[in-house]
Amino acid sequence: MNAIARYLTLHLENLTGAVARVVDRPLGSLMTVLVIAIALVVPAGLRVMVDNARALSGTWQGAADFTVYLEMAVEETAAEALARQVGQRNDVERAELLSRSDALAEFRAYSGFGEALDLLDENPLPHALIVRPAGTGADLDRLVEELDTLEETALVQLDTEWLERLRAILDLARRVVDVTTVLLGLAVIVVIGNTIRLEIGNRREEIEIIKLVGGSDGYIRRPFLYLGLCYGFGAGVLAALIVILGLGLVASPARALMELYGSDYRLAGLSLSDAAWLLGVGGFLGWAGAGIAVARHLREVEPG
Amino acid sequence: MIRFENVRKRYPAGREALSGVTFRLEKGEMAFLTGPSGAGKSTLLKLVALIERPTRGTVLVSNQNTARIPRRRIPLFRRRIGIVFQDHKLLHDRTVFDNVALPLMISSLRRRELSGRVRAALDQVGLLRYENQFPLSLSSGEQQRVGIARAVASRPELVIADEPTGNLDPLLSLEIMRLFGRFNDVGATVLIATHDLELISGMSYRRLYLEAGRLASPDAGPSEEPA
Repeated sequence: MNAIARYLTLHLENLTGAVARVVDRPLGSLMTVLVIAIALVVPAGLRVMVDNARALSGTWQGAADFTVYLEMAVEETAAEALARQVGQRNDVERAELLSRSDALAEFRAYSGFGEALDLLDENPLPHALIVRPAGTGADLDRLVEELDTLEETALVQLDTEWLERLRAILDLARRVVDVTTVLLGLAVIVVIGNTIRLEIGNRREEIEIIKLVGGSDGYIRRPFLYLGLCYGFGAGVLAALIVILGLGLVASPARALMELYGSDYRLAGLSLSDAAWLLGVGGFLGWAGAGIAVARHLREVEPG
Repeated sequence: MIRFENVRKRYPAGREALSGVTFRLEKGEMAFLTGPSGAGKSTLLKLVALIERPTRGTVLVSNQNTARIPRRRIPLFRRRIGIVFQDHKLLHDRTVFDNVALPLMISSLRRRELSGRVRAALDQVGLLRYENQFPLSLSSGEQQRVGIARAVASRPELVIADEPTGNLDPLLSLEIMRLFGRFNDVGATVLIATHDLELISGMSYRRLYLEAGRLASPDAGPSEEPA
């Protein structure tokens, strides 16, 4: 128990020592932390953006109605029956009939071709079913195919292709963000490794002396590892703040844009677990970068 | 305590610092290692502290063959030796107390015991009143005494010193040498390298005379054959 307490005391001393060392040179430390923070902000920010876009495209899922245009010969009563029939399918949430007269009225109201329509002898529009599918993917494909083979169907017009494309683009973006994350993570390791390397150079004499009086590699390594941890963790905190601040700045114009599209979607911020991740990853990368630098350069410092 | 058997040390640059050195230093003995600059005194001490390793021959320290000590065991080995340097090698951003406490902190000694030992060591060198000062505010002689306090704080069985009086006037030097004598009196084995023959002329300790990498002293150690 005593040994554990002493071990923990030693680590606590190392941690406070590292914090003191960071605070001791505020400007230099701030520069280092800022560079690392920016390297963390870019992937974190992109991730939040892509996640938002994916969540947003998810809310459009329900709006992925499609239209089944019926043959001109189909009577309104038959069309009504068909709408009921389609509406009862398991893979259909709702099917509404847009009768040809309603369609004409709508067209007249919105298209601005009202006067041109008056020149026509008869209504050129067919009855149509507005179908809201219950499923997605393969279910949706099968539904479309089956409705298309119905005798009464003239044309099935699927409006979801753009959504599929958007989703594919977002998947691609997500992958790009993943690659960027890995690359910038490596950059963080390099930056911290380099900082620690300089620190080892600055404290060369001290390291030599500690080696001469019998300090083990672990004893010498620990302050540097804690220093790396402090830099990484500090950068994680700063990065989280920057992302939160950035989202705060973007939130109001984003809401205005959403309102123009008739959506009440609210931008998702940095969740608590995301923030914890950012701090954890920052700290880990700091520790790892310092560990690599220490493993490489501590051996070079030998009393002679 | 220390045994050299036909030890040679050649540096990578090609210079041969020691060529065929054999001697013994018994437990509890104190000796001066003398000779002109460049004779190999520092090299000999470095071999004892495992700062360098011999090119040929065997170095035994407290019956342990240093060739069998791997790199990662060197720290533990050095904790049993007190080393004093000509340039003190103190940490200037730590107080006198913290400097002396360094070897004890490394051995993760309990705080209370540590304070007692540090104060005892500082008391022995007469610097207890300076424990909260920084080394640079002390004179050179005082700094050297801090270095000595650090070397003896962990009560090592062997103390080695490389030109500990190199920068000091004769009076201070004599004081430092007497200090080592006192550590020897209480049982420590002491080996001091110095080129100042005048300083040690009045002292009765054994002398090892090194010249151009060879021991030229008649009393180079008991002439018995190594077991």
